[in-house]
Amino acid sequence: MSETERAGQITRIDAYPTGLISGYPVRPGRVLPFGASVVPGGINFSVYTNNATAVVLVLFRRGEREPVAELPYPPCFRIGGVYAMTVFGLDPETTEYGYRAEGPYRPTDGSRFDPGAVLIDPYAKLLTGRETWGGGEPVPYRSAIGYDDFDWEDDRPLRLPPEDLIIYELHVRGFTRHPSSAVRHPGTFAGLIEKIGYLRDLGVNCVELMPVFEFDELDNPRHDPHSGARRYDFWGYNPIGFFAPKAGYAASARYGTQADEFKNMVKQLHRAGIEVILDVVFNHTGEGGEQGPTLSFRGLDNSTYYMLTPDGGYYNFTGTGNTLNCNHPVVRGFIIDCLRYWAAEYHIDGFRFDLAAVLGRAPDGSVLANPPVLESLAKDPVLRDCKLIAEAWDAGGLYQVGGFNDYMRWSEWNGRYRDAVRRFLKGDFGAASEFAVRLTGSPDLYGPQAPTASVNFVTAHDGFTLADLVSYNGKHNAANGEDNRDGENQNNSWNCGAEGPTDDPAVISLRRRQVRNALLLLLCSWGIPMLLGGDEAGRTQHGNNNAYCHDDPLTWLDWDLAAEHAWLRRFVRYAIAFRRAHPALRRPQHRPAGQAAGWFPAVSWHGTRAWAADWGAHNRLLATMFYLSEPGGHDCVYLAANAYWEPLTVELPVLPGGVIWHRFADTAAPAPDDVAEPGNEPPVNDQARIRVGERSVVALVAHHSPFEKAEK
Amino acid sequence: MHLEKRTQGEVVVITLDGILDSGTAQAVQADLEHLIPEHGRVLLDLGKMSYMSSAGLRVMLLAYRQALATGARLALARLPADVREVMTATGFLDFFVVSNTVEEGVEALV
Repeated sequence: MSETERAGQITRIDAYPTGLISGYPVRPGRVLPFGASVVPGGINFSVYTNNATAVVLVLFRRGEREPVAELPYPPCFRIGGVYAMTVFGLDPETTEYGYRAEGPYRPTDGSRFDPGAVLIDPYAKLLTGRETWGGGEPVPYRSAIGYDDFDWEDDRPLRLPPEDLIIYELHVRGFTRHPSSAVRHPGTFAGLIEKIGYLRDLGVNCVELMPVFEFDELDNPRHDPHSGARRYDFWGYNPIGFFAPKAGYAASARYGTQADEFKNMVKQLHRAGIEVILDVVFNHTGEGGEQGPTLSFRGLDNSTYYMLTPDGGYYNFTGTGNTLNCNHPVVRGFIIDCLRYWAAEYHIDGFRFDLAAVLGRAPDGSVLANPPVLESLAKDPVLRDCKLIAEAWDAGGLYQVGGFNDYMRWSEWNGRYRDAVRRFLKGDFGAASEFAVRLTGSPDLYGPQAPTASVNFVTAHDGFTLADLVSYNGKHNAANGEDNRDGENQNNSWNCGAEGPTDDPAVISLRRRQVRNALLLLLCSWGIPMLLGGDEAGRTQHGNNNAYCHDDPLTWLDWDLAAEHAWLRRFVRYAIAFRRAHPALRRPQHRPAGQAAGWFPAVSWHGTRAWAADWGAHNRLLATMFYLSEPGGHDCVYLAANAYWEPLTVELPVLPGGVIWHRFADTAAPAPDDVAEPGNEPPVNDQARIRVGERSVVALVAHHSPFEKAEK
Repeated sequence: MHLEKRTQGEVVVITLDGILDSGTAQAVQADLEHLIPEHGRVLLDLGKMSYMSSAGLRVMLLAYRQALATGARLALARLPADVREVMTATGFLDFFVVSNTVEEGVEALV
């Protein structure tokens, strides 16, 4: 800073202490912002609890187990339920801290204060204790203070139109942890940066990161019953630090620069045109149930943060032992503070809410008609341009797909799309007509909203990978250590004739076709498509459909496998490019106002005869034509999906003069003839009818005939 | 932390000797403000640095910003291995011209 830039700045009056506590110079602190903030001369510590009777700030020197000092907040340092103190002379870089909260321990009344526990600051921007993933003896978490002056240069969230989004769900560690990834920093934010080229090549424009808030990967007591190998909480749906990036995902955490590393990852992804959505868990915390550890919320204000039964026990709508009390005004404020922080400080483009139906419940667990937290998030100015995506169900039996309180703003993981596409693909009786509705953005569920309210997917982290969906009828989860009891039983999967690995060429060929059928249908559906990262590379979990606990090659993406599946990656790359090339597949609205007159309706249904769809339950052929008339011309895509076990001859709709059908994809053809480069599709020989192979999908596009082009 | 300035051709070479952490960062930053000439060419030689913390990384980034603002050109030479590692992981290294030796660094700036 030059002398001129310094002009006008004078030392602040509050840069001086007013007294001493436990030998440290202090003054009454600033209530806002909550958490620990660097202020002139010191650090301001602000923490709220409406029900504690007293709070003590506990200071540690970085890396030391025992505190260096404990500073009780004097009554005059408290405003309302907020305890605020500025402590002078502390080095932010070497200071760690926590709190003790005093109050009664009367679980039946909801109070579980435990002054013996040093609590994590719910607003801690960094947490120490797990800098090395899975490393050694667990040490207590401590809150820490980071720098927040990352040099973003001109980076901003991308604000891609939702209808253009192609989401790729991935696990930060699993994506590059495998030795075959050949990155400098495997399993980290930095490692992910090295694979941006791969994502770009594939064509996805959004990554959805499985939980990246600090969690304890060691919080799993189970072992593999055969090998004895320990199980982890690999996925991390057990947050304990909602403002703190997972330190074990940073190659640079030993320097305390995990926030910088994370931000640089976001910046580099943005540069590549890729948005970042975080999978956030606000339905519960990592403190578990009655027997769980007191880490933070339970000790600060149990009855505020958790939904409690009348006798003080924990409601368990999440299957994890506790349920965050999201519609309590204090917790609502906490959630909004947290998401604003990630949107503003980390330039995050959107959030996917795990078990979001919990966010629609009242403190007593009942379902609210107008949940304040959902409305607040929908209308928040900082979050205005963020994508909000709900997993609209919970483990308490509430299933709100299509009925989530979305305030015309939220999108949903469309679980019914997943079920319908799977049932259609395996040729279930009566599945075609429901899939027709799912293919066109589920207007029965999202009619008043938009197709983009529907996040369509065939597979996600929960459940089978795509390769396993076509290779296993049942789950194979014994290695999770729960006698194969855990994990979903209704998978709508089909092994194509043999359970698991097989040499049978007919089964292998059918599986390869089914995988491409699924991906092509997904990428041609109205709504926002989401791919499970690795499906394009043939990733298998050997039939495990609940691999949350495996930190090993079962969950790591094998990049050699990706190389072996070049044929499939090419197919996905072209299918993505095809989607991007055809606005008829990316409708922003169900019923566009004033659609210009043109050749065809926006959607039309066909059968073995053009313009004559068969909606009988026995029918397993879905033939759809998507059409969009634009000022620049016509966009017309025809899709024939034959889930029947015999080939069918299908009559094609007649196109206007000079325009002919070209073949983009035919999953019955072996690679490389299964797909063409978008824009260079070969013309279809017989313009009147095509053969659609057994269990295959054909995608055609209407272009001017080469002859016509030549004349022009 | 001790700073030493010398000139090699048209390039100002500043050697940082010692520990660069939150205890020394402020002083080093203040020194660098005066040592980095406007429109000049500056090489920071980190070969004698025994330790750099995240506060030290900030000093490097501030030097970069200062150089940018004053039209100076800045390079780093002889980064200790772990500093290089953390600067790579955080992307901080992308801001700098980096060289393995002082001579190479001087050459890169000429």
